[in-house]
Amino acid sequence: MKRKDDFEARRQHLISLSEEQLEARFWELAEKIVDPLVDLAYKQTSPSIERSVLLRMGFSSLESTAIVNGTIDRGLLGKGAGHLVYRLSKEYNISIREAGLKLAAGHMWDEVMKTLAGGEL
Amino acid sequence: MKLKPNEKLNVTSILENLESYRPRRRGWHWREGVGQKREIGKFEYYDTSENLNQSQPLPSAHYFDDIDPQPDSVITTEIASGRFEDDIRRMRMAAWHGADHLMVIRTAGQSHFDGLIEGTPQGIGGIPITRKQVRAQRKALDLIEDEVGRPINYHSYVSGVAGPEIAVMFAEEGVNGAHQDPQYNVLYRNINMIRSYVDAAVAKKIMTWSDMAQIDGAHNANATAREAWKVMPELMVQHAINSMYSVKIGMKKENICLSTVPPTAPPAPCMRIDLPYAVALRELFKEYKMRAQQNTKYMGSSTREATVTHTLNLLISKLTRADIQSTITPDEGRNVPWHIYNIEGSNTAKQALVGMDGLTEMVGIKRDSGELADKVRELKERAILFMEEMLEVGGYFSAVEEGFFVDSGYYPERNGDGIVRKIDGGIGVGTVYEREDDYMAPVTAHFGYNNIAQYDKDVVDNPATLIGGCTLEAPDKIIYIDELDETDNVNVRMEETKELRETTKIKPEMEWQGDGIIQITLFLPTDERTAEFAAIEIGKNLGLEDVEVIHKEIMQASEGTRIELKGKVAFTIDTSKLIIPPKPEIMSDDEIRKEIEKNPMKIVAGTVGEDEHSVGLREIIDIKHGGIEGFGIECHYLGTSVSVEKLIDAAIELNADAILASTIISHDDIHYRNMKRIHELCVEKGIRDKVILACGGTQVSNELAIEQGIDAGFGRGTKGVHVATFLVKKRSEMLNEN
Repeated sequence: MKRKDDFEARRQHLISLSEEQLEARFWELAEKIVDPLVDLAYKQTSPSIERSVLLRMGFSSLESTAIVNGTIDRGLLGKGAGHLVYRLSKEYNISIREAGLKLAAGHMWDEVMKTLAGGEL
Repeated sequence: MKLKPNEKLNVTSILENLESYRPRRRGWHWREGVGQKREIGKFEYYDTSENLNQSQPLPSAHYFDDIDPQPDSVITTEIASGRFEDDIRRMRMAAWHGADHLMVIRTAGQSHFDGLIEGTPQGIGGIPITRKQVRAQRKALDLIEDEVGRPINYHSYVSGVAGPEIAVMFAEEGVNGAHQDPQYNVLYRNINMIRSYVDAAVAKKIMTWSDMAQIDGAHNANATAREAWKVMPELMVQHAINSMYSVKIGMKKENICLSTVPPTAPPAPCMRIDLPYAVALRELFKEYKMRAQQNTKYMGSSTREATVTHTLNLLISKLTRADIQSTITPDEGRNVPWHIYNIEGSNTAKQALVGMDGLTEMVGIKRDSGELADKVRELKERAILFMEEMLEVGGYFSAVEEGFFVDSGYYPERNGDGIVRKIDGGIGVGTVYEREDDYMAPVTAHFGYNNIAQYDKDVVDNPATLIGGCTLEAPDKIIYIDELDETDNVNVRMEETKELRETTKIKPEMEWQGDGIIQITLFLPTDERTAEFAAIEIGKNLGLEDVEVIHKEIMQASEGTRIELKGKVAFTIDTSKLIIPPKPEIMSDDEIRKEIEKNPMKIVAGTVGEDEHSVGLREIIDIKHGGIEGFGIECHYLGTSVSVEKLIDAAIELNADAILASTIISHDDIHYRNMKRIHELCVEKGIRDKVILACGGTQVSNELAIEQGIDAGFGRGTKGVHVATFLVKKRSEMLNEN
């Protein structure tokens, strides 16, 4: 879009505001702009976020990538990749590390599907 | 391990046992002892921080008892040559010059790398940020900060499509600050908008846990917009979006730093444009920190010009506020920055800030009326109008789709040349997933919906309890990867340069050990284009490889051109084979005085030839400059433009022990010819075996003076005590001979 500088016309509603009021308005608008973004982020996840969860759970970058790829392939990222590892470790009474390494190596995904996705592939 | 000032930092030992290294602290460090007056040397300072234990003062400090006052702002230097092992040595040099924020640039393309990079591959224009390199550099900085006596902030980038993972790795490895701004991903890296904001929330939460300082990416709009000063309203909006987003995620305002750049540079009347902007920004963001960056938009290949622009930027910092004073290396317009220019950039900041210490006690901004006051209000209003229209069109994503950002119009003017990104476009599009009801992540510092309660209602506030603590509480759980590439790694590179570390061989270096790069400045009396190509031939004739002209500047279109040239030398020098004359011996003041008292000494002195320079010789003689008079030597100063004959006649008449001749002018070797003449005339007059002859001047070398028959030559940096020591020793030598 091209537009000439119409600052004088646009600012009419701001003229009567003190600078303090201007600053308050500035921050009020900033909040209005970011609120929906924060809300969006609250409800969503991504491969990088899930890999960051797995890193924090004690997996290497390579292992985390393998687990997240497996999770995406099976449509389970919305449950949380770390969740899968945690659940597997709980259900089969193996350590978190062991559970994750199984998944990274492509094993035990059927068990994950059984416990977390009602058995459907 | 402890560093010693006269020993090199051993990079090999830094690389040992990295797998078990743990950072000793987290979080950002501000300089200490600010806000109090401080006596340093002969002066009182108003705006300094605690002194360093060891440092390299400014070149002129030797006139001021070698003091090295440290400004109150944290000083940043950006380092990343592509080889982290060489950057470590540069970090030590920068820290000695007062930099305490070492920012590591990432290799080109890392922001599009979907995951962490491991090992130590070589980078381009930066380093691939990996756990091993971060760990090695943090480990080295622990030693360096102990050596200089001030904590050093280590910093890199949490951006791109792997933001959350990088943030975790940084938190684990004790990185103290990072760039994080989803707008940077969207506008400059064309990473999908939704992915960028979703990732940013988690990355910011992790940074918050780690108490890192966050720097935003707004300054890039300056560097990108066609006319940088017109994006000022938008810059404030960009700062606001990232700041408010970070606050909503939980970050403390005092850890949120605005990356702000004075938008213009000379020959624009930059102070008049940049100052109101700086004031408006600092007023709107009074609760946040300012990271003052220097202008790069209008930077060319002249390091001098860049330095002047940066100094003007520093004046703005001083008149307003800079919590972190960043520096740009003045060679950034022509090289991937070199060692020496990181030091120059850091020193420009230190020198200017120390020089302006206390300035605001005497000089203030006319805030309340006049042009600045009007401009400040206008900028704030324009920023508000920008945000109002963003909301009118449907919010952030719609505004980006409509090209609101980096438009070269002075908002509300629009030129239709803004950066347009689509919500369903960009790298990583379609990679965001809705969290389901049972979504769960059993880790610390996770942002967003997290159904921990399904497993244990009692640990909702502490999700990592489910797994007995995550790596943030239990760092031993971190899995360290050493190398993944057998050919592209630090061990291979270090093997190639081993000779330069383990033998006495040495090679010039600008970026990397053994790169052999040298820079030559020359003037060619011809036009610019001819000069450029002639200079390349000169470089080749000098035996240089990869010759390149890195700067040219017209002195006058046909009279001549200044050229700066770089090239590589292929040879090494063996320092063990050098013949280095011993440093001049200095007797103690008392010893000299005792000798003169026992056996008084008389000298005649003057500047010989048609030469009116007097300062140098007066410094050597005058008592108030620590000259030889102070030791009791009787001095007869004959003045300037004294003939050789007159000098020698005076020596005969006064029966002087020595003649001191100052020989400053050196055209056509006149200084050496005068020396020879003094010697010969003394021989003719029959006094040569009784009188000591000493000559001094800025272009005088002792060896060449002796060749002319003189007893000693004194060059630049000579003090009275050097000359007095020589006179006393020479006289006793002559007495022994006789």
